[in-house]
Amino acid sequence: MSELEKVYQAGLATDIERPIKDPGIEPHRVRMTDKSEQHARTAEKQVALLFGVSFVGAIIAIWGYFAFPIVAGDLSATRNNTLWMGVGMALSLLGIGFGAVHWAKTLMPDAEVEEARHQARSTDEARAQAVEVIKLADGESGFSRRKLIRRSLYGALAVFPIPALVIFGDLGPVVGDSLKHTMWKKGTRLTKDPTGIPIKASDVTIGSVFHVIPEGLNESEHKLEEKAKASVLLVRVNPEELNEDPAKADWSYDGIVAYSKICTHVGCPVALYEQHTHHLLCPCHQSTFDLANHCEVIFGPASRPLPQLPIAVDAEGYLVAQSDFLEPVGPTFWDIRKES
Amino acid sequence: MSTATEAKSGGFLSGTANYLDERTSIAVAVKTFGRKIFPDHWSFMLGEVALYSFVVLVLSGTFLTFFFQPSMAEVHYDGSYAPLKGAEMSIAYASSLDISFDIRGGLIMRQVHHWAALLFVSAAGLHMMRVFFTGAFRKPRELNWIVGFVLFILGMAAGFSGYSLPDDLLSGNGLRIIDGMVKGIPFIGTAISSGLFGGEFPGTEIVARLYSVHIMIVPALIILFIGLHLMMVVIHKHTHYSGPGKRDDNVVGYPLAPVYVAKAGGFFFLVFGVIMAIAATFTINPIWNYGPYDPSPVSAGTQPDWYIGWLDGALRLAPSNLDVNIGEYTIPMGVMLPLIVSLVFLAAVAAYPFIENWVTQDKREHHVLDRPRNAPTRTAIGAAGATFYAVLWAGASTDLIAINFQVSLNSVLTTMQILLIIGPIIAYWVTKRACLSLQRKDREIALHGRETGRVVRLPHGEYIEVHEPVDEYELWKLVDFKDYQPTMVRPNKNGKITFGTRIRAAVSKIYFEDRIAPVSKTEFELAHHEHAPAIEEKPAAKPKAKRKPKAIAK
Repeated sequence: MSELEKVYQAGLATDIERPIKDPGIEPHRVRMTDKSEQHARTAEKQVALLFGVSFVGAIIAIWGYFAFPIVAGDLSATRNNTLWMGVGMALSLLGIGFGAVHWAKTLMPDAEVEEARHQARSTDEARAQAVEVIKLADGESGFSRRKLIRRSLYGALAVFPIPALVIFGDLGPVVGDSLKHTMWKKGTRLTKDPTGIPIKASDVTIGSVFHVIPEGLNESEHKLEEKAKASVLLVRVNPEELNEDPAKADWSYDGIVAYSKICTHVGCPVALYEQHTHHLLCPCHQSTFDLANHCEVIFGPASRPLPQLPIAVDAEGYLVAQSDFLEPVGPTFWDIRKES
Repeated sequence: MSTATEAKSGGFLSGTANYLDERTSIAVAVKTFGRKIFPDHWSFMLGEVALYSFVVLVLSGTFLTFFFQPSMAEVHYDGSYAPLKGAEMSIAYASSLDISFDIRGGLIMRQVHHWAALLFVSAAGLHMMRVFFTGAFRKPRELNWIVGFVLFILGMAAGFSGYSLPDDLLSGNGLRIIDGMVKGIPFIGTAISSGLFGGEFPGTEIVARLYSVHIMIVPALIILFIGLHLMMVVIHKHTHYSGPGKRDDNVVGYPLAPVYVAKAGGFFFLVFGVIMAIAATFTINPIWNYGPYDPSPVSAGTQPDWYIGWLDGALRLAPSNLDVNIGEYTIPMGVMLPLIVSLVFLAAVAAYPFIENWVTQDKREHHVLDRPRNAPTRTAIGAAGATFYAVLWAGASTDLIAINFQVSLNSVLTTMQILLIIGPIIAYWVTKRACLSLQRKDREIALHGRETGRVVRLPHGEYIEVHEPVDEYELWKLVDFKDYQPTMVRPNKNGKITFGTRIRAAVSKIYFEDRIAPVSKTEFELAHHEHAPAIEEKPAAKPKAKRKPKAIAK
């Protein structure tokens, strides 16, 4: 086998002659434990002490487990067994760790030694042999020669994984237009989140905020999925401060407006309302919407205003929806504007 | 086997060894690897920390699987934690509460698991930076850089999938954000979202699916890639820092047995012990405070785990109103822009070794690490990349920064957006200048010795400071580094100047035009020749002679 290493191209590297020759590995600095048997014995005792600490730590951890059984309603038991088992196990681990490292640093040889390193590239001989093997296998199987086999194999290999992808088709249903509709429909009462108690228009004083869900949500089969689309924020502002789109003037009731609570950025609940500015803030990415100005985006990464829910008051004075939202709520998606 | 030995009489150990070797030829492995040399440096332990944290994750995670139930079916809580008594929640959340309050050792294991996860990703990230800044990714280790890169991504995937399992309010909002992002992907977004969640968000599937990902798919991949990563370390042998006696054809350090068995083995216990000590004394992810997931409430100041921060920051810093409308279809750029920017950033990280090699065309193997100052442009690029990442990461805390420092949220965000662009430029410039200055300082010390601070009065009244020459070991460290110079545009064999050649020449100029060359033999001898008389005869000329900012050695 050739011991010659391949000479690779050096590219843009310069070849500057060094001022001195490589002086070689620096001489070993003698430690106290190398010089004196007494120091070595002290180090030995220290290592043993650390291993002893580990032993004691394990005992503490076992004691912590049995000393603090769970008592229903008493969280101090949880705190104590977490603390004592944790501290015990930490001591037991650190004892072994510090002991072993101290042993290595004080008592094991610390003179640097060197070992030869060879290029990753195999020797020319080995490479030639590898090529031979591949050629032989190719000849024996006829892989290159028999085109029909080779090509049909490629075809089969290309298609065989596809069933493994198709089989995942039922991971989720076909989307359809479910993202464009919510539970709200004409006459659905606005109720408090999470109790489901209907809200009377007269209960909504100026400046107050209600977190709203549609009536019947708590009983619905897909409660969380519906809630993730239908959550609404209800606010009453002084009607003079409300700059309403004339086309949507009858969507509010005496300064009471209802907007989707689902952020149009990536769907967090827009839960923070600032009374004196009429701003709604999403705590996830700080998109800010101006409630007095049809919830248009005034700051942050969202692009669409929060959709408004048209509301009215029924015969008993309760707030009801006039219809579903007239545009999709929540994050923007590919065919969000497409009429379905 | 020619090395077959007879069992020595007596000894249980030799008997066992013989039994094993006759069935596994383990003696060959012990002989080959037992005295393998590993170089020593604190920065080589970062990768070890990541590896050991992963072992801790597997151990603590296994414990958790015995008690956690990945089901989203609704139950009414009936455990020891009084404030949530009777609350409606998923079984996943209820069993996470049970692990925390009703199983002794459950809370400590949950906290060990979470802290170890945070440490795993941090250590892997720091290890990656160590490899970058020392040029350890150069041939023959480019493929191992890719393997390590994949491990870093897998680490984030493992972290995020695990973070979502308890189905608490905070992690549910994290999933909601993922859902919102996925839905924004053109054409296939809503279908992918439906496939992930088994229908509409949140559905009843996602926790069980993430559980498969978290305890089987991702860990299996991580173990596979760690195996590849370490196998390549064995094939290449570990790099060592430049210094006397360290060359590309040797490896200098201590033997595996006994020194590294004790040091690295002990270090596993230290890493585990530190994680345990932190977990015993510091609460992490108190899910009982957040409550079960509900799409309506949210707490202000929500924060992801640190390693997802840069992605969340990218979402926050994206400018609004850039949505692209094509006919009746919409591409939400508030989501797609951060996604594209992060993917481009990751692609650049993965591709860097190949880009640098394309510039230098240096096809040799490199086993001696660069001191970061000796590769100023690479170090500057690394600093710029780290700054870019750091600004995105800090961007995930814009609200907390605004509250805690009493400044306007709007100005914090705008500042971050500006910093994201100019921060990396400043970091690049400052780092490059700092590296070049350090190199100049090294040159000066190599040529004229160390400043002793000892001022001497010469017979004719002149005062000079005595410079003390450094010893040959120190000198070698200062002068032995790899150096490159820019290439010129040259026609190829067919007499043509290709576009690629032009680009490469331009990039090589950016890399190397202001290089500080290592001290050459000629310069060294010249300096030492003029040095001795300089003290006696012409000290006034010295300061000038000392400064050779653009010395080019031939």
